[in-house]
Amino acid sequence: MTIYSDISYNGLWKQNPAVAQILGMCPVLAISTSVVNGISLGLATALVMALSNMCSAALRNFIPYEIRIPVFILIIAALVTAVDLAMNAYLHSLYLVLGIFIPLIVTNCIVLARIEAFAAKNETAPAAFDGWMMGIGLTAVLGILGGIREFLGTGQLFSGIEMVIPGTHALQILPEDYPGFLLAILPPGAFITLGCLVAAKNWLDARAARNTAALQAAHA
Amino acid sequence: MSRTTALSMSLRNALMMVIFTLAFTGLMASVYQATKEPIAASAEEEKMKLIGEVLPRGDYDNDLLKDYLDIGTPPELGLKDAGRVYRARKQGEPVAVLLEAVAPDGYSGNVGLILAVRRDGRVIAVRVTEQRETPGLGDYVDIHKDKKKDSPWITQFNEIGFAQVSQADWKLKKDGGRFAYHTGATISARAVTNATRRAVQFFEANKEKLFNLPTGGNLK
Repeated sequence: MTIYSDISYNGLWKQNPAVAQILGMCPVLAISTSVVNGISLGLATALVMALSNMCSAALRNFIPYEIRIPVFILIIAALVTAVDLAMNAYLHSLYLVLGIFIPLIVTNCIVLARIEAFAAKNETAPAAFDGWMMGIGLTAVLGILGGIREFLGTGQLFSGIEMVIPGTHALQILPEDYPGFLLAILPPGAFITLGCLVAAKNWLDARAARNTAALQAAHA
Repeated sequence: MSRTTALSMSLRNALMMVIFTLAFTGLMASVYQATKEPIAASAEEEKMKLIGEVLPRGDYDNDLLKDYLDIGTPPELGLKDAGRVYRARKQGEPVAVLLEAVAPDGYSGNVGLILAVRRDGRVIAVRVTEQRETPGLGDYVDIHKDKKKDSPWITQFNEIGFAQVSQADWKLKKDGGRFAYHTGATISARAVTNATRRAVQFFEANKEKLFNLPTGGNLK
């Protein structure tokens, strides 16, 4: 079972798509204006990644090496189309919010990167798990990024949640007359906030490495 | 020798590519078939929900979506694609028409509008259906983004026609007219105000035909 904990650690932290590999920036920056948008697109991406990794790993022995990339793209495109149609049919109001970003999952290079780097060389079950965990790692960053931007920008959290879970509503964290901080909502805010998150991850990693080194030195 | 292997390899790859393409196209086609009806239903529901915001359900008793008139692209409404007008009637008597309009001069591109105009020329309500105005600044023209929940900006057009506000006064206060706007975010409000005026002008100019032509007819 250790392989699964490795996969989880890689997806959620060590090789996190958004703050370590910095792949798939278009949706990360464009859609992370609120927690609900970020998490919704993240989960859609995670679903596509799990399915596409699973399909590619299951078919990996039938896919000729020379044409693997077109076949992978075909798999991703077909699955994204399926997810897009299903969301349009069963989660229509959310679909209206995420709009063009669902089809754009096809072009999110993290999806292809995980197939090429992991699914093409591994069994079906770990590959599906890897895709899911990478997607969840992305979702977590999208959620945090969206939360920070939404809080600073509008003083609210979870706006738009009524479109996902009817009957709930957004939390007003800061007073109603909070003037808003436009920069956080606009694209530059996404870059700046993501930069801070990357820096925070690197700082935590560096601190952990220092502690380990100090511990080893003490033992030696 | 190597030539025949290269050729046979190409053929094999091409064949595999065809097989994969057919398989995944089949997958997409079946998902499309399965979701076709729910998608059409949710699009219809979405439309009725939007219509419900500008035209209260109790005001009419006909099947609105089946009582329509094709109007092409009259310049007053700014539509890109041929438009359609729906007619609300109560016990056969005309009540209101439902118009779609586009304000081409929003701060970032088009602002889509839907409005219902009463038989006597008063606007029942206007709603923004599509906009990309700056979040937190110009997007208050969209009632769902307006922070003043008790008296949203867009409701100042309710029950106003050219009898209440003359065409010359149907402008923002800043432009010498009657309608309020938020300081610092004039452009979006101006675009919506002017587009609403043009839509009412279109209604006044074509009133008779709009109500009296048989359903499915063409205004021209």
